[in-house]
Amino acid sequence: MLCDSCHERDAVVHLTTIENNAVHQLHLCERCAAERGVETTVATPKHPLGEFLHDVQQQVALAGTDSTRCSFCNTSMADFRATGLWGCARCYSNFEGPIRELLRRVQGSHRHVGRAYHPPMTETLERATMLGELKERLRRAIESEQFELAADLRDKIKVME
Amino acid sequence: MSVDLSLLPDGGVGWLDASGRYADIVLSTRIRLARNVEGYAFTGRARDGERLRVLAQVRDAVTAVPAMHESVMYRLDELPPTSRALLHERHLVSKELAGLNVQHPLRTGAAVFLADGLGLMVNEEDHLRLQSLRSGFALQEAFAAIDKLDRDLGARLPYSFHEEFGFLTACPTNVGTGLRGSVLIHLPGLVLTKEISKVLNSLQQMGLTYRGLYGEGSEVVGNFFQISNQTTLGRSEEELLDQLLRVVGHVVEREAEARRVLLRDAGYIIEDKLWRAYGTLRYARSLTFDEAMNYLSGVRLAVGLKLITSLSVYTLNKLLIFSQAAHLAFAEGRALTESETNLARARYVRKALEEEAGSVG
Repeated sequence: MLCDSCHERDAVVHLTTIENNAVHQLHLCERCAAERGVETTVATPKHPLGEFLHDVQQQVALAGTDSTRCSFCNTSMADFRATGLWGCARCYSNFEGPIRELLRRVQGSHRHVGRAYHPPMTETLERATMLGELKERLRRAIESEQFELAADLRDKIKVME
Repeated sequence: MSVDLSLLPDGGVGWLDASGRYADIVLSTRIRLARNVEGYAFTGRARDGERLRVLAQVRDAVTAVPAMHESVMYRLDELPPTSRALLHERHLVSKELAGLNVQHPLRTGAAVFLADGLGLMVNEEDHLRLQSLRSGFALQEAFAAIDKLDRDLGARLPYSFHEEFGFLTACPTNVGTGLRGSVLIHLPGLVLTKEISKVLNSLQQMGLTYRGLYGEGSEVVGNFFQISNQTTLGRSEEELLDQLLRVVGHVVEREAEARRVLLRDAGYIIEDKLWRAYGTLRYARSLTFDEAMNYLSGVRLAVGLKLITSLSVYTLNKLLIFSQAAHLAFAEGRALTESETNLARARYVRKALEEEAGSVG
């Protein structure tokens, strides 16, 4: 991307300003940014999560996934951006693509090479976990007034019980 | 209800005993693993009922784990702020779990299980934060203990695990191994010789990071640094710890070298400076926390350099913990204002040094 000001050099500073409730984005090269008094040395957040959130912001702008919500805990990309935290394990499947990309940036990798793990899954435990999950989803469906989904879940629970 | 710390083996501060390797430079080694229990939203997103069910499920699993047979459980959500601060000052619970952080109010279901050198925080940022704490530089020993606990617990509790991403955590900076190893290290030599910024910069290039005495977000006081791995994904537990082991080993060597240089090139200046620190601690009537930390840092260096021989590192370690505000208030049996705390701190430090003084000098 070229600098919005000189149209010659690569833009390295992405400036977001809010004026009269309108959001302006300006992409500047280092020199033009300095000329406008934009401090570039502090532009890189020091905290790893700061960079991460910065990346998320850019990612979201590109992918337009802001409205997608996790089917289990209802967390959205906007929620993640506000807190820096995912809402549940399911978020990792629901936002798998963006998460993979972000992990690559913040962790330098997206592939776990540490110890493998298989959760204890006796039949009773498996049933209990699934039942617990279904009930949890039912509660959430009712809370968010998704009644069709709720009826569906209620049927599934009935079958399992 | 207040907390009864006498129930804990060694009051939970066995790691202060300075028995570990390089104990005059490395205070302690801590490894923590972040885990979540399958089937619930993560702590921050969970409702009170969910967090209580997580706690109940963890409690059941803990009773079946040998290493935790003798463990003591504290429900943070049932303790007054003073007791929670006490546990935090002993490094047994995080500020977040203790609800002492403005951004993180105390949560229903916040609890900690404590056994000898092992801890298990429940309903922290993740459902489970397993901790292993050791005196001195002891990464392998700390890992052996926590890995055993993790496997035993994980065989009874279904952890959230993803084939590609590994152990899943609320914050993406912990995902994968969920492992953060950190070494609490005292580096006055590198600070005084102004080598410290070079060392800290090189840490970052090696994928490590540093923080203050109380971990994330805490300031560096008294020349104490916590060095830990920055990333948790893409490398195995062993590789992460191996890297930390090598780099911290190198930092310890550089610190020892800096101390030798100081003595050789500025012997009398250093000696004078450190004895002044001792003198202040021995006779001051009011000490702020930062002052106490800085003078204790000087005295610790003097002990390391064998300029002061009759003080033990153990005593200095205890002073670090017991001269903090909540401990002073606990000892006095009442809430203290800031100036009262400073007076009580000076009194406490004076007395501790007097008791060991004998032949000092």
